[in-house]
Amino acid sequence: MVTYLDNNATTRIDPDVLAAMLPYLSELYGNPSSMHSFGGQVGAAIETAREQVAALLGAEPTEIIFNSCGSEGNNTAIHAALAAQPEKRHIVTTAVEHPAILAVCKHLEKRGYTVTYLSVDGRGELDLMELEAAMTGGTALVTTMYANNETGVIFPVEQIGAIAKAYGAAYHVDAVQAVGKVPIDLSTSPIDLLTLSGHKLHAPKGIGALYVRKGFRFRPFLLGGHQERGRRAGTHNVPGIVALGKAAELAQIHLAHVQREAELRDLLECGILTTIPDTVVNGGGALRLPNTTNIGFKYIEGEAILFMLNREGICASSGSACTSGSLDPSHVLTAMGLPYTILHGSIRFSLSRYTTEAEIRQVLAVMPEIVERLRALSPFNNDQAEWLQERDLAVAT
Amino acid sequence: MWDYSEKVLELFYNPINQGTIDDPQEPDVAVVYGEVGSIACGDALRLHLKIQQSTDSILDARFQTFGCTSAIASSSALTEIIKGKTLDEALHITNQDIANFLGGLPEAKMHCSVMGQEALEAAIYKYRGIEVEHHEDDDGTLVCTCYGISEKKIRRAIAENRLTTVEQVTNYVKAGGGCGSCLADIEDILLEIQHSAESVKVAPALALDKEQSTQALPYPSTPLTNLQKITLIQQVIDTEVRPLLLADGGDVSLHDVEGDRVLVKLQGACGSCPSSTETLKYAIEAKLKDLVLPSLIVEAI
Repeated sequence: MVTYLDNNATTRIDPDVLAAMLPYLSELYGNPSSMHSFGGQVGAAIETAREQVAALLGAEPTEIIFNSCGSEGNNTAIHAALAAQPEKRHIVTTAVEHPAILAVCKHLEKRGYTVTYLSVDGRGELDLMELEAAMTGGTALVTTMYANNETGVIFPVEQIGAIAKAYGAAYHVDAVQAVGKVPIDLSTSPIDLLTLSGHKLHAPKGIGALYVRKGFRFRPFLLGGHQERGRRAGTHNVPGIVALGKAAELAQIHLAHVQREAELRDLLECGILTTIPDTVVNGGGALRLPNTTNIGFKYIEGEAILFMLNREGICASSGSACTSGSLDPSHVLTAMGLPYTILHGSIRFSLSRYTTEAEIRQVLAVMPEIVERLRALSPFNNDQAEWLQERDLAVAT
Repeated sequence: MWDYSEKVLELFYNPINQGTIDDPQEPDVAVVYGEVGSIACGDALRLHLKIQQSTDSILDARFQTFGCTSAIASSSALTEIIKGKTLDEALHITNQDIANFLGGLPEAKMHCSVMGQEALEAAIYKYRGIEVEHHEDDDGTLVCTCYGISEKKIRRAIAENRLTTVEQVTNYVKAGGGCGSCLADIEDILLEIQHSAESVKVAPALALDKEQSTQALPYPSTPLTNLQKITLIQQVIDTEVRPLLLADGGDVSLHDVEGDRVLVKLQGACGSCPSSTETLKYAIEAKLKDLVLPSLIVEAI
């Protein structure tokens, strides 16, 4: 039996979503681009899905472009925004974005663009004054996430968008972690482009969507086909699109019950903080997603915690370097300025509508012993906190 | 998820020899610990040794590790490997021995085994009163500033593990795993070492060819003149031996060559090292026998 608390990585497919998509993996295999009625009925299913996704976002169906994933959405949004304003060569983003944003920005810097990476404070929050100071008339694009994938910290997208608009810049939001978890109404929003991904809201992997505000000067990223009204070439992933539509419909219903997830998350947080000393919630002081908590366990290392949890059948995630194949710890937690005592020992638990109280209580039952065992192995402990702090500072400077 | 061997997982979930060693304050027994890594680097190991002074042997070994699954397993493996060994024997244990004991480690985790070997050296050097290399003091030769990795350490990892790519260097000693700005420097070091190794390998053959072509010797089996032999010995010491000794804070210089007797002067940490005989035999003489002449005998002056 698996206790799955890694829903920010991916989610299980909702049974109703699976049921909706199955016919399009079997008998309804027509190509929606075909002129015959066998393909036509498939085309109708795509349009239904478009309406379902648009409804979840408070958008119009024509503002939704289906694509393959969040990374494609983010790449497309940046390139589209820049192509529409070729005279502007400045981008503003944040230091805590997903690699699908940061890697593109780094790439563009090599192509002559200037990029401002806004910092975050210890709670993972932005300083809007820093944003305002970074903006110029040459800023083509502001791109920020809606909510952080590691900490769940929510950015003030409406205010960021207003500042971007004041300087004539496009505003893109990577909402991969937010869609389905917080209400979003794009009909009154300054957001021009918004990315979402199906497998984060109980649809399968390999399907995503990009919202493009009506009237926004859009330049396609993938060329070579007339699909999506020429804005995204490539044969439609019909089962995925139908699944995403159904998942969006279910997510809208679930939004009314998301408070239950927040209560379970709080139960987990509170239980850990009160039973295990030297623990801290990263981003705990900020407005956060209801399903996410990122907890730092001082003096021990994240991958070791994950392996201990894994043996108990509990799936979570770590921002430690050792889990990633990279040698650097999480860029998000690093940007928050967390000390090394926390940085390497942070674990993300992310819940879903399927998470039960019994699962949370299972984590609370095993976690103290896991931490105690690893701390018994560690050469560091609270007695050395002052010495460690000095070393932290020494290294940081 | 990393693909760990059963042995790694066994020693992670049920580590052997964890903890510290209390000093029993008994005659002929010393307790010492060596420490490498830091909480900033993401892994650290404190290796505790109980040493019988009269036999120079390790009576007990225990560890405290801050790190991942493979770091904990590597530390536990190390303590099992070294118990009962003399200090000189322990100094010959390589990170590859630790990895082998574990049934292998993922390439990206090899730095965990390197950490074990370094902690062992640190503990033994501390016991012997030899100053251990401090990267912070290694002014001017720090290659990877993210992780504080010196050029000496990189050269040593390359030599001992026969590394051929920058990625391997990163996996073994972490250098280049941070901002990546030193990757080109690491590549230069790799190329230089590879070039030197090639030169040493072909030098005897080139010397022989030259001898044959210029002097048309009647006995082509006569391999080297005295001058060529001395030149080669100097070259091997400079390119193959000194980098290893320098990495440990020691050094060596060629004093003279009398027939097959090679007289060298050990310097730095090697000069005061109780296991200098081992250094002469394994680090210097073996290399010279392999790369110059099998009849050579190395002696310290």
